[in-house]
Formats: sequence, structure tokens, C-alpha cells
Amino acid sequence: MSAARRCRPPQALAGLFVWHLRNTGVRQRPCRFMHLYHVANDRLITFQYFNFLKRMYVTQCNKDLSQRAKPKSDSIVSPFHELQQLDQEKKAVNKINPISSPVHHLWSETSSRNKWRELKSTAETEDSGIPVGNESKEDRRWKEMKLRLDDLPGILARLSKIKLTALVVSTTSAGFAMAPVPFELTCFLLASLGTGLASCAANSINQFFEVPFDSNMNRTKNRPLVRGQISPLLAVCFAASCGIPGIALLTLGVNPLTGALGAFNIFLYTCCYTPLKRMSIANTWVGAVVGAIPPVMGWTAATGTLDAGALLLGGILYSWQFPHFNALSWGLREDYSRGGYCMMSVTHPGLCRRVALRHCLALIGLSTLAPVLNITTWTFPIISLPINLYISYLGFRFYKDADRSSSRKLFFCSLWHLPMLLLVMFTCKKSVLEKEDKGDLPRGSHETAMEIRLP
Amino acid sequence: PPAHSRSDWIGPPDKHSNLRPIIFYRPPEESRLERRLREARQEAQASNQRFWARHNRTFRQEKEEFIYSRLKAKGLEMRDESGQKATLNAEEMADFYKDFLSKNLKKHLQYNRDWYKRNFRITFLMGQVALMRALRWLRWRKKNVEQ
Repeated sequence: MSAARRCRPPQALAGLFVWHLRNTGVRQRPCRFMHLYHVANDRLITFQYFNFLKRMYVTQCNKDLSQRAKPKSDSIVSPFHELQQLDQEKKAVNKINPISSPVHHLWSETSSRNKWRELKSTAETEDSGIPVGNESKEDRRWKEMKLRLDDLPGILARLSKIKLTALVVSTTSAGFAMAPVPFELTCFLLASLGTGLASCAANSINQFFEVPFDSNMNRTKNRPLVRGQISPLLAVCFAASCGIPGIALLTLGVNPLTGALGAFNIFLYTCCYTPLKRMSIANTWVGAVVGAIPPVMGWTAATGTLDAGALLLGGILYSWQFPHFNALSWGLREDYSRGGYCMMSVTHPGLCRRVALRHCLALIGLSTLAPVLNITTWTFPIISLPINLYISYLGFRFYKDADRSSSRKLFFCSLWHLPMLLLVMFTCKKSVLEKEDKGDLPRGSHETAMEIRLP
Repeated sequence: PPAHSRSDWIGPPDKHSNLRPIIFYRPPEESRLERRLREARQEAQASNQRFWARHNRTFRQEKEEFIYSRLKAKGLEMRDESGQKATLNAEEMADFYKDFLSKNLKKHLQYNRDWYKRNFRITFLMGQVALMRALRWLRWRKKNVEQ
């Protein structure tokens, strides 16, 4: 922190210089929380150790995991990385923030206005621009807005939030696996690919809409559109070139119901959830539906019908979203408030905690419903009871204590809770063979059909 | 950006608005459509910059005032013995965040509408310009082939 204070030079210096130094001071913060980040990383890895359904998630923990499993919803999307950063930043912000004398403020404000005026006039006359921040730090330099082809894959990956998309695809495959039909590989691959493409499209459009807001929030300020690495036109074209083939693939290659669900989900995410985020707290519920639809899509891809099992799976994911997101958003209140996002944690904190607890308990209920609907055996609610009780306990603690530590505990628990639950569900799945003895299941003539046998 | 550059340049985030300023390249043979696009982008940039700089400044100021008034109510000073700035914990700040959000909601709604309209318009113009350039290039290529 003293480094930052050293960076507050005497006011006699030019405004530009002030700005320059403040920015270099700010850069030193990341080193400290990276250490914490690595420590927390190891902890998280052990939780994920026995979870093979969410293998993707484990490998992502090692890199810069900046999003997580609220499928197709970006505000949910940040893990402890952000919480750590916020911890540091909160302390830093309170100490560094020069809400110092009004003079200093006016000074830096006037100087930045002057700078801006100079920039504008430069743009008109096409002189060589003022190389503001002409330093060695990559980020602080002026960059040419020219698209380089070898950068493109990385940029598109970040634009489509590829890690989040991967998680969405894995929930879809969980839905597919839980469907009581013989496993068909081609259908599975087509459904996964189609869902992945649809998710890419939705995420790109979301980023396209949110450029100025993203640049103001710490979590999202390094996105490609914010940094100008790609033009908005290209982002929209990319979204269209992912979305249209994706939905077409689902409609024609799998079945129309899945395609319709995919298209509906894209619409819900981009045209309902994204604008609603800034209008009312109802966005959380819409976002939970967005997250619940992928497993339903997986199920309908396998069976072709929307039956109770699909809705149950969707229901489980829907309920899971709330403890996950509400716990996460508890730590991001400042950014949301400044950015103008209407989130429960900011405007209705009591409701926020109540809803989280309510849905933790609902998870227990839904798990008990699974054998009733013939999706799993009765061992499922029994085995899943401990983890459901644990998350409900943490939800209760969060409800009572309403502080940072309880919110973080709940959030971290939700991260491993869902994969575990889906895994247990899969192992407790009612055998297809049993069903065939009783009823008539169409035996497909696919050579690739596999039959799932229960242990 | 160097004088001979033929593309736009984007800079580091502005201190107040957190937005990255762009310097737009103006080609000597700029068509009317391209000029409309460039001006739309410049205007959007200026408007965004104004909004966010003012908004963030207001946030910082109000936050300071809030901290000050709360500390005073508790009987503490802004800085304690070691010279560190006294802070409030997250729960106390929560009241401020809630207040601030509700106060500014209308402003945000207005800004949202504005931003969406601008964004669509700019992207549409970009599409038109791209199409025009593609046609121009095709015509030029055809001319070259004929020669």
C-alpha cells in the first residue's frame, strides 16, 4: 500500500504525470493476490478430485478461471479469483482512493478534460496522437486496432466465453446421459456441438451489448470488445455464424424441440436477461431459467419429448443457481452498485439470503422427487442427502450471518456440490435394461448404441 | 499513434470513466458513409466518456461523504493514530450501495436506451461500410483483371 501512496506526487506536477504514476502504482496490486489465488486453487482442486463429469472444471482451475457454471449467464460467472481480488481491492480502494482535497480532484479532472480535448482535436486533424502512457507496460500502451489473424482464435474464445460454454455443454451431456434411452453417440455429439455453438453465440451478443458496463467492472474489463481487439461488427457476425448453424444443427440433426429450446434460450439470455440486469432484480430468476434449460435440451435430444424427468433436471439446476449466484454477488456489491446493475444483493439483501436458503432446501426436495419419477433409484436421495444438507446448512449460515465469509463458503460449496450431485445422480440412474423388461423401448439399429448398466 | 498509420488506435482506460479512448483514422478519400460512421463513433465515445466520468466521480464523492458521516456518527476521525484512513466494513457500506443504486436507476435506464440505440446504429453503419468496401474492392479487381 505504501507503494501506492508513494505514487501520489505533489500537486505541482502535471496532471498527466499524476495519472501515469497512479496507474503504475495500481499495477502492483495483482502480485499480492496472485499468491492467495494459488493457495486457494489447490484447495479447490482437491474438492474436484473425484469428479469426472466436470473434468473440464478441474483443468480450468489451473488457468485463469474467470467464469463458472451458471450456464449462459455472465454475471454469475466469476469464482473466488474475483473474491480474492476484491478483498485486496477493497482494502486498497479505501486506502488509496484520493478523495483528497477538492483541489487535487479539480486539477486531475481538468487535466483529463484537457487531455481529452487534445485527443479530440487530434482525431480531427490527423496529426500523430499524443502517446498517452508511453510506458513499457503492454496494457498501458496505445494499440493499433488492427485484427491479426493469429490472435483471432484467442480473441474469439474469450468473446464466446469458451470455458463457460464448455460447462454448459457438460450440463447438457448430463441431461442426455440421464435420459432413459440407450445411448447414441452421434446424437450425443450433435446435441453437444449444437448447444456449444448456441452458447457461443449468446455469450458474444451479451458482450456486444455490455461494452461500457464491462469496462467499468473489475471482473470484466479485459474482454475483447472492451479492449478493442475486435470490432462490434465482427462480434455480431461471429455470433450469427455460430448461432445459426448451431440452431440449425439442433433442429435438423437432433430434433426440432431441442432446436426450439436452444433458440429460445439464446433469446432469453440476450434479449431478456441482459437488458433486465439493469432494470430490475427479476433478472436473477430469468438467468436461473437460462441455466436450467441446457440439461433439458440434453434430455430432449435423447428422448425427443419433454417429460417429467427433463423438467426435474432443469428444476435441480434452476434451484442450484440461486445459492451459487446470490453468494457470489454478495461480494460484488460495490461494482454492481456503481455499474448500475440491479441485483438482489444490493437492493434487497434480506431477500437475497432468503431465496438462497429456500432453494438449497428445494434441492433436497427435488432430489427426493427423482426416484418418484423413475429417473433414479431410491439410493439417490439417500446418498445425496449429506451434500444437500451441507449446502443447506451453509445457506442457513449465510442467511443468519450475512457476511463475507459465509457467502464465500456457500459459493465454494456450490462449486463442487453440483458436479457431485449430477455424478451421484448418474450412478444411481435407473437401468435402461430394467425398463426394457417392463415396457417397449424402441431398439435402434444404431451400431454405436451403448447400454448403460448399473453397478 | 504514428502519423503514417492507416488504422484506428485504442488507448489505455481513462482514469475517470474506465473507458478506452479511440483515435479514429480519417482516410483522405473518405466517403460520405464512412464519415457518418466515424462521426457516430466519435459522438458515442464522447457521450459515454461524459456519462461515466461524471457518474464515477459522483460515486466516489458520495462514498466519501457517506464514510465521513458514518464515522462522525460513531465518533471516529477520518484517520486514526497511525495515519491510516479509517474505513467502514462491508455491511455498513451496503446501505450506501443500495441507496446509490436506487438513486441512479432512472439515469441508468435513460443511458441504457441511449447506448443500445447508438450501438445498433454504429454496428449497422459498420455493416454498410464493410459491404461498400467489399463491392469497391470487387469492382477494382474486375477492372484489374480486364486490363
